[in-house]
Amino acid sequence: MENEEIKSPSLQAAEDSVAQNPSALAVGGEAEAAIETEAATPLDENVKTLSPFRLVLKRFFRSKLSIVGLSIIIFLFLFSFLGPVIFHRWGELDIDRGKNIAQTVDQSTIETTLPDESTAEITQVIVTPQEINALAAPSLKHWLGTDETGMDVFTRLMFGGRISLLVSLLVVFLETILGVILGGLAGYFGKWVDQVIMRIVDIFMCVPTFPLLLLAGSILDAFEVDPSMRIYYLMMILTLLGWSGTARIVRGQILFLREQEYMVAAEAMGLSTPRKIFKHLVPNVMPQLIVSMTLGLGGTILYEASLSYLGLGVQAPYAAWGTMISIISKNPNILQNNLWVWGPPGVAIILAVLGFNFIGDGLRDALDPRMKR
Amino acid sequence: MFKYIVKRLLLGLLILFGVSVIIYTLVRIMPTDFVDNQFLSQVNQGTIGAEDLQRMKALYGLSDNSFLGIIKGYFQWLGNLLRGDLGNSFKYQDPVKEVISKNMWTSFFLAFVAMFFQFLIAIPLGVTAATHQYSVRDYAVTVFTMIGISLPSFFFAAILIKVFAVDLGWFPVQGALDASVTDSNVFTDFFDNIHHMILPIVTLVVINIGSLMRYTRTNTLEVLNADYIRTARAKGLKESRVIYKHAFRNTMIPLVTLLAGTLPTLFSGAMIVEQVFAIPGIGNMAYKAQVAGDIPFIMGYNMFLAVLSVLGTLLADLMYVVVDPRVKLK
Repeated sequence: MENEEIKSPSLQAAEDSVAQNPSALAVGGEAEAAIETEAATPLDENVKTLSPFRLVLKRFFRSKLSIVGLSIIIFLFLFSFLGPVIFHRWGELDIDRGKNIAQTVDQSTIETTLPDESTAEITQVIVTPQEINALAAPSLKHWLGTDETGMDVFTRLMFGGRISLLVSLLVVFLETILGVILGGLAGYFGKWVDQVIMRIVDIFMCVPTFPLLLLAGSILDAFEVDPSMRIYYLMMILTLLGWSGTARIVRGQILFLREQEYMVAAEAMGLSTPRKIFKHLVPNVMPQLIVSMTLGLGGTILYEASLSYLGLGVQAPYAAWGTMISIISKNPNILQNNLWVWGPPGVAIILAVLGFNFIGDGLRDALDPRMKR
Repeated sequence: MFKYIVKRLLLGLLILFGVSVIIYTLVRIMPTDFVDNQFLSQVNQGTIGAEDLQRMKALYGLSDNSFLGIIKGYFQWLGNLLRGDLGNSFKYQDPVKEVISKNMWTSFFLAFVAMFFQFLIAIPLGVTAATHQYSVRDYAVTVFTMIGISLPSFFFAAILIKVFAVDLGWFPVQGALDASVTDSNVFTDFFDNIHHMILPIVTLVVINIGSLMRYTRTNTLEVLNADYIRTARAKGLKESRVIYKHAFRNTMIPLVTLLAGTLPTLFSGAMIVEQVFAIPGIGNMAYKAQVAGDIPFIMGYNMFLAVLSVLGTLLADLMYVVVDPRVKLK
């Protein structure tokens, strides 16, 4: 098994640096503080011993960035799940057919040379009265205006958030389960089990993810999957393409843990295999896993958004952040003139990914065992 | 060393075989039949009957969509591949190999310049962030790079287009060359091309710089905690000498392997960015082929990507041995 480890030094290094990132924005001052208190009060009843969990929490909340990240994510969750309950003037698919009928003004300017060699600008203005209140600017009635079909952008932003957040949570959760099971089997049993599983992992690592997602998207298109069900299929596909990284982390960690003394002790005590795996090995993989999960959440949101942007994810009229932006690739006028249609979902995507990344970073520092004092 | 490389290459072949099976199956499940799409209008007008359509499909090798048919199609494709033939692209009407090698260089230029700037900016930033750990500078760099990581490429590209191309009018919105210029020569074309490439390059740099910066920072911190740095400081060396002479070189080890690993991906094209800016690179072509259901091109392109990523990991591992004498291959 050792040569297996040396085989991929670079990957190993990458994993190591994930595991041992000493960036520790939060930990610097705190480590010193810990030493001081130890010196000031010798071990007596006054000293409260914190459980590992509390310790991690404490370290996590020391970092300003992780608090910012957590606030962003909590805000986004409240916004998308509670928001539509409180703010229900418009539904996700409600089209505003308001009384004050709007007008669209299409303006195009062409510069031409007249026969007498002087140049002139010809501006063509087409005013079309509309039956629906489409592309209305932000107002009290529509806080973020309406999109090209007359639906309220603010409301759709909330519903889109539900999709994006839910998809990423579920995908990462499923990915982790699959990755833990397969990576655990490979790491624990070694030999041919390891060989077979890791070759599969290798294959999935080399599959070009994005083109394959596109393929999957067009397969869903072709089978005319019900738009509201589509997202579940997408989740399955994202999961299938994403588990290999987790499996690799789990396997590497278990290979390392298997050689530890406490596992030898567990062996000597004659514990059953499932007990050894689920009671002694998996909990020790959790710290790394939690970090890779939180960082994976952001990545999944980006994947989902990109797919939706290319029209292969969630499809109109249903809202997802990527879908809401995708209109700009079909209609350059909206890109130029109607920032309120595509700006807010973009900002929401950035906030969500940023929030998860901040949390992941904070957790990585808080869970790093080398920082324990 | 030689034995190791051969072993890895053989393993790579196995991986590529697996990848090709997965992709081929998916491609054939996808019923966006190129033939159906191509002749949709003719069929609707009635100029082409169902029989003709079926004949066309047989010509393209798409007629048999049963399980056995797909397997047969796969081995046909594989056999041609072994003879160095990737087939003819349905959409572009040329051999896939030619289409890829012709359009690869646009993408390569884009990716290469972007990567150059990434390394140029990320390494100094990462090192200063690490040497000034916990300072305002560190926080600022960290937050900005995190925002870069979190940006969806299509959204950032749209903002750049909106601000710099539409509102300010400094750059062209799309494309690689200005079609309205008539008196062009090689020289003006070159500058026009660069003018078109600036926004895509900025997009790529901003989006990819974050991870590189964080990687540099992490590694520098790791090196700075090492014993020999303490020794260097204890000897009374100047801080600048400690950092740039002792620490920096060792920081470069993982970066060099990272660079080696990303070299092959320079050729793969940035699908979304190229699509948003309508650059005729290989990523954009692959996207269009994908939409059209151009099976040979999709297969060729995806296998090309897979080969690149196999080569990338191998190169990175080999590079690791070259730059770090402590690592031995087996």
